[in-house]
Amino acid sequence: MTELQKTTAAAAPGSAPSSDPFLSVRDLRIHFDTDDGLVRSVDGVSFDLHKGRTLGIVGESGSGKSVTSLGIMGLHRSKRARISGEIRLDGEDLITAGPDRVRQLRGRQMAMIFQDPLTAMHPYYTVGQQIVEAYRVHHPEANKKQARTRAIEMLDRVGIPQPDRRVDDYPHQFSGGMRQRAMIAMALVNDPSLLIADEPTTALDVTVQAQILDLIRDLQDEFGSAVIIITHDLGVVAELADDILVMYGGKCVERGPAETLFDAPEHPYTWGLLGSMPRLDRELQDRLVPVKGTPPSLINVPTGCAFHPRCPYAALTDGRSTGELPVLAEAAPGHFAACHLPADERHRIFAEEIAPRL
Amino acid sequence: MFAYIIRRIFAAVILLLVVSAVTFAIFFLLPRFAGETADQLAAQYIGKNPSPEAIAAVKQNLGLDQPLYAQYWNFLKGLVSGAEYKFGPEPATCHVPCFGYSFKNHLEVWPELSKRIPITVSLAAGAAVLWLVSGVATGVVSALKPRSIFDRISMGVALAGVSLPVFFTGALLLTLFSYEWPILDNLQYVDFTDNPLMWARNLILPWISLAFLYSALYARLTRAGMLETMSEDYIRTARAKGLVERKVVTRHGLRAALTPIVTIFGMDLGLLLGGALITEQVFSLQGVGQFAVQAISDNDLPKILGVTLLAAFFIVACNLVVDLLYALVDPRVRLS
Ligand SMILES: Nc1ncnc2c1ncn2[C@@H]1O[C@H](COP(=O)(O)OP(=O)(O)OP(=O)(O)O)[C@@H](O)[C@H]1O
Ligand code: SF4
Ligand SMILES: [Mg+2]
Repeated sequence: MTELQKTTAAAAPGSAPSSDPFLSVRDLRIHFDTDDGLVRSVDGVSFDLHKGRTLGIVGESGSGKSVTSLGIMGLHRSKRARISGEIRLDGEDLITAGPDRVRQLRGRQMAMIFQDPLTAMHPYYTVGQQIVEAYRVHHPEANKKQARTRAIEMLDRVGIPQPDRRVDDYPHQFSGGMRQRAMIAMALVNDPSLLIADEPTTALDVTVQAQILDLIRDLQDEFGSAVIIITHDLGVVAELADDILVMYGGKCVERGPAETLFDAPEHPYTWGLLGSMPRLDRELQDRLVPVKGTPPSLINVPTGCAFHPRCPYAALTDGRSTGELPVLAEAAPGHFAACHLPADERHRIFAEEIAPRL
Repeated sequence: MFAYIIRRIFAAVILLLVVSAVTFAIFFLLPRFAGETADQLAAQYIGKNPSPEAIAAVKQNLGLDQPLYAQYWNFLKGLVSGAEYKFGPEPATCHVPCFGYSFKNHLEVWPELSKRIPITVSLAAGAAVLWLVSGVATGVVSALKPRSIFDRISMGVALAGVSLPVFFTGALLLTLFSYEWPILDNLQYVDFTDNPLMWARNLILPWISLAFLYSALYARLTRAGMLETMSEDYIRTARAKGLVERKVVTRHGLRAALTPIVTIFGMDLGLLLGGALITEQVFSLQGVGQFAVQAISDNDLPKILGVTLLAAFFIVACNLVVDLLYALVDPRVRLS
């Protein structure tokens, strides 16, 4: 890899505002030392995120999305986790910062919403108690009454009816959608500048999903925070995200502004994801075509392009796909893809074979 | 919550009635099935070579000639309003609560029994606190650093501990600390109100020997529970809030892991009397257990009945406490 390529690979998506990014991740690697071998869950991911913008991280199960987000939050506590690279939050590197410093930022500057709001809330504390706790960690000066008022205010803000009464309910007394709203209230109670939502709607039914996504968007408009939405479903981020990062086997294979990524996707894996995206204007049987094959092992990662065992176009690259690691290269302004296929070849295949079927 | 409490208390009272009826039936009905006549039964209440008059008096006093339900009713009545027995030269009064009257010793059962309760309660409560604190603490520390030196050693000890019976640990402690190195010799029960220090000093060995097995059990239980709860999603949420780890462990992890422990604790408390009996025997404590042993070897039926009922009451009461505690720790119980 040449110096030039490295810099390109590390550069931020071009369409972002020109000020310093609020979150800047460089060459993040998170590996786990296990009995079976080294698991390369995240292997050289870079991106920038500005306040007021939303990044969607998309990829199949096991592609390293959650590991990335937990890494940003500093939640990999196991001694077996090996983390390297750079995570700069508002200029401060979180990887070299002490654990207590990261803890202070957690819940205050950066907050997270988890996939399953039932298991993510403590069953023995009321929703109010849990929000109050989140508030008082970072506002020790606030007394119980103020914190409770704040909790009710947040529940109201996320659309829980009768918040002054529901604040004393336990999580199991809430419906799934309400629970996720409460989780969001809890995450936002300290006005964090970065919100990470890890599959915030997967556990919810479709109508509720849309409501929760709307809520996240509204709240972002209101608070101007930076948001990362993690999903394996491109449909979820289609409307919400400004930028999209596609992960495969712990690596970023494509990254760019949402419009260009949807209109002119560069990477064969992204094509596959687009093909498997549920669309309301299609017959049911046409809709869900998952990418053929199984996700790669993260211990014995396939040589060259990790996608090559599943890629229909691997044969078109004179063996480079199996032997040489493709690096992210700028295919359009701010739009990067890591694929050995020449750009015009990719565009031709997309136009002729893929686009008509989407 | 209030309705739940009322329901549980009501259920406990019903249970007590059933338990006492069954106990009563076992003592008065089974001998009848076994072919004993009322005369033979009455003779058992008196002692060796009873005179016919004495037998007749006992029969009448105890109402052995009456049907069983009437006898049971009289017994219940005695519990709440006392009883009179015209027996011997002057009538014997059995004061409230009348748990029965020992015709062998001409003594009411309850005063005899009740003065032993503080000893057994001291023994049981002290041991329970000891094992709960030591077991849970060991389990938590082990779970937080699984496979550490501390974990390995304490779990090894715990594994040995669950297989050591009370009479073994008791005898060992007694030999070591009262005879070999007499640091804690001359152990006699001293009432807490008289001298709390001596009370504790003289009970410490019985406590340890009774608590050791349970402590080992609870350490293993707590460790398993903590390992499970600490990997729950809500622990990750607690950390994501920025809570310090100590609060994550206590407020979130331990809080959830404690629920099943509370349940088992209540059951163990109820069953503790068995262990207490052996401990009392080993350390010559004149507690309820010794009373029971004495009563059985004397074949003194009213005493046996009294102590059996007391034990049953105790177990039912423990279960009630557990039910209430359970509702306190798990909101899903009291709200459903
Ligand atoms: N603590 C860990 N130790 C070892 N391997 C881990 C650990 N955490 C995650 N992994 C592995 O890292 C890989 C990526 O996991 P991750 O949870 O990030 O996937 P994901 O993209 O979030 O998938 P999903 O859509 O299923 O949530 C998985 O193969 C997982 O087994
Ligand atoms: S590099 Fe090769 S295998 Fe990988 S996506 Fe491109 S064509 Fe497919
Ligand atoms: Mg995940």
